Amino acid sequence: MSGDLILFYVFAAVAVGTSLLVIGQRNPIYSVLLLIASFGALAGLYVLLDAPFVAVTQIIVYAGAIMVLFLFVVMLLNAPREEPIDPERLVEPQGARRFGVVLAVFLLAELGWAVARGARALFGSGSFDRARGEQISSVRYIGQVLYSDYAFAFEVTSILILVAMVGAVLLARRHDEKQV
Amino acid sequence: MATLNDYLVLSAVLFTIGAAGVFLRRNLITILLAVEIMLNAVNLTFVAFGRYHGSVDGQIIVFFVMTVAAAEAAVGLAIVIAMFRHRGSLNPDAFRTLKW
Repeated sequence: MSGDLILFYVFAAVAVGTSLLVIGQRNPIYSVLLLIASFGALAGLYVLLDAPFVAVTQIIVYAGAIMVLFLFVVMLLNAPREEPIDPERLVEPQGARRFGVVLAVFLLAELGWAVARGARALFGSGSFDRARGEQISSVRYIGQVLYSDYAFAFEVTSILILVAMVGAVLLARRHDEKQV
Repeated sequence: MATLNDYLVLSAVLFTIGAAGVFLRRNLITILLAVEIMLNAVNLTFVAFGRYHGSVDGQIIVFFVMTVAAAEAAVGLAIVIAMFRHRGSLNPDAFRTLKW
């Protein structure tokens, strides 16, 4: 067993374990912090896949910016716990919950079947070509492709960010006249 | 060295965890976090396939997915704040005015 394989299993175990804990928590603060750990493990996997640029972006953009946004909102709303179901107001959606579990198990079985049958038929053993790793890990090469082949998509992305920013400000604004 | 199939299986497991979180949790913020888990599972698939084909396109798509995820998180959290002001609750079952 090579070092890469051991690292893969360690990072995979951390990512799966923390993700399970994220959806197992009732307190959203813990969920957000655990998700940051999960993203760290994924960044390690990206390094193993010869994609250091994506790994760094994952840490800076995802674990840094987006998760801080989530933390801000959790603290701003000051609603730390998932409320217990109030029997007067709501009927416990027990049926929907069981249906959700069944759907999730079904989805996993389906994806597992697709990987086991389809991927093995299409990609064989699926081992990576060592020689190409050098080229695709180069940030210089990524930048060249991003600003030539994907230049239009890159510019459209800036419009998307602008629209999202305006939308977020508009939606989260207070609507009583005194504050505006 | 881990193979492409290992990464695909890991990605499938992570995606299922995210989907199960959306189905099971009764808190809007946790549901948004589960959506982020699903987006990351897809990102892992893109990078693994890009590595397998020796092409850089997968990494660039991941870059765009991250941008869309940032926009989604900003707008989604703004909607969550507006809904919390409106009802004082983060439970999606509390919003049932349009439900019959």
